[in-house]
Amino acid sequence: MTVDALLEVRDVSVRYGKVEAVHRVSLAAGEGRIVTVIGPNGAGKTTLLAAIMGLLPSHGDIRYRGESLMTLSVEERVARGLVLVPEKRELFASMTVADNLELGAFARRRDGDAATRRTLDEVYHRFPRLLERRAQLAGTLSGGERQMLALGRALMGRPKLLMLDEPSLGLAPLVVREIFSIIVGLRQAGVSILLVEQNARAALQVSDEGFVLETGDLVLSGPSAELAANPRVAATYLGQGAQ
Amino acid sequence: MDLQIFALLAQDGITNGAVYALLALALVLVFAVTRVIWVPSGEFLAYGTLTLAGLQLGKASGIAGMLAVMAVVAALMEVAKAIRQRETRHLARSLAWWAGAPLAIAGTLHLVAPMQPPFVVQILLTLTAVTALGPLFYRIAYQPIAEASVLVLLIVSVALHFALLGLGLWFFGAEGSRTPPFTSASYEWGGIRVSGQSLLVVATSLALIVALALFFNRTLYGRALRATAVNRVGARLAGISPTFAGTLTFTLGALVCAFCGVLIGPITTVYYDSGFLVSLKGFVAAIIGGLASYPIAAAGALLVGLLEAFSSYWASAFKEVIVFTLIIPVLLWRSLTTHHHEDEE
Ligand SMILES: Nc1ncnc2c1ncn2[C@@H]1O[C@H](COP(=O)(O)OP(=O)(O)OP(=O)(O)O)[C@@H](O)[C@H]1O
Ligand SMILES: [Mg+2]
Repeated sequence: MTVDALLEVRDVSVRYGKVEAVHRVSLAAGEGRIVTVIGPNGAGKTTLLAAIMGLLPSHGDIRYRGESLMTLSVEERVARGLVLVPEKRELFASMTVADNLELGAFARRRDGDAATRRTLDEVYHRFPRLLERRAQLAGTLSGGERQMLALGRALMGRPKLLMLDEPSLGLAPLVVREIFSIIVGLRQAGVSILLVEQNARAALQVSDEGFVLETGDLVLSGPSAELAANPRVAATYLGQGAQ
Repeated sequence: MDLQIFALLAQDGITNGAVYALLALALVLVFAVTRVIWVPSGEFLAYGTLTLAGLQLGKASGIAGMLAVMAVVAALMEVAKAIRQRETRHLARSLAWWAGAPLAIAGTLHLVAPMQPPFVVQILLTLTAVTALGPLFYRIAYQPIAEASVLVLLIVSVALHFALLGLGLWFFGAEGSRTPPFTSASYEWGGIRVSGQSLLVVATSLALIVALALFFNRTLYGRALRATAVNRVGARLAGISPTFAGTLTFTLGALVCAFCGVLIGPITTVYYDSGFLVSLKGFVAAIIGGLASYPIAAAGALLVGLLEAFSSYWASAFKEVIVFTLIIPVLLWRSLTTHHHEDEE
């Protein structure tokens, strides 16, 4: 575990009533790096992200830039630059695309309108489709457009650590590639990324480090290239046999 | 019924309907953002009238006393929270906010009231003081259980309704009050007399509704409240705190109720317990709109006002019965026409 990690998760456990969905998981995400968490359905990946964001109570310690997040609310974490694109996207369905994006910058409202507009232009530049659809209600967007809007809304918050829960879910192959190239571009712009993906091959390709979660336990971790070469990971998550 | 009487009743109905429309707006807003069915809204309305009536006599002890007591309770809760969380960083700011501001308003009222300021100043003081009670009661009663179910929040609302009745009796006394009319002007169009008072009530209600519509559609904070109403998790992830949204919502709700109290002051005699029946009519309207759609709720408010006015002419003994029976066909119709949809993403 690196000392100067941006995010450090130490022995974190999360329970739903009696069931423990995440069991003493420790991981770290370094500044300017992409870290991937892979694992089968129901492994606890989404639960882990929710705990880091503060949406669920957890045990253990979660540190961000050396500060413990455990007593901070979700909004306070957002204000510190921690932004989550959740698995369910949680868009404001009855509001327009433009409103959704503008609200993504709510935590940064004190930076002023000019700053928000600049970020908005950047997001529209990245996703021209959102610019075309800016007056449309978010609830009427196509699945792919919704994913773009969720990512765009997160970017409006100018995250330092962006957590993405299955950003490629339900997208056409071409768009998946686009999403991954955006992720790489964000890293170049200085954003650290914690990525949860079913598309393990692509995720390990773009990331620096990987963690494998199985039924709530961390079973493997290491540099992404090594993980991708690990025969067990290859068999289970990369579908090597089929290649 | 001749045209004269018809016009008079219609005018009455529209005037009351305008007030119900405002109340329905407050109720829809509070429910949409915080899921609270705001039963005690009527008490806020009564406090509005009673405060203004008190100021007419150069007295503000009732509302000032209530503000002071609530400020102390809220301050104690903030201190308790700071001790429990071992977190004193924000304590000074929250004390200034929860205790300092209401105490300052109470102090101002105490000083200014005996000077018998002009009517407009009295109205502004009334609106400020009663509005300040909104966030205080949110902080004290609802914020600690903000994540509870709608049923629990409703039970708290009912309890708070009775508590506020008691507080109202204690701080304002049992006498009823009526405030002087805003204007004694009246106009005549084609043989139909329209009182300036009614016109003023309808016009100011409309102005407030338009102002709030602009707030919700054009400003960041207004959109943030809508976002919280649409998707609470999404709003939190965008950095919109539910506590902040709740506080702002109850501030707006209390302002609207205080406004209603000021508007109905010259129309009816208001006692400490008169608010409930008025707010129930706002509820009927809000429920016609499904506690969600404001334009429908406003139309419902107008319907309630007109129905009330005409039934008081034809069957005055059954006035309230007729108005509240209206809710049954409406609920039937709604349950038949609305499809129950799952929480959409
Ligand atoms: N609210 C809840 N109450 C009870 N159990 C839950 C709840 N949410 C999730 N779980 C359970 O916790 C476990 C972990 O769920 P989680 O959503 O974190 O998995 P995941 O790794 O994200 O899976 P997927 O890849 O399918 O998204 C699952 O067994 C799930 O059924
Ligand atoms: Mg998941």
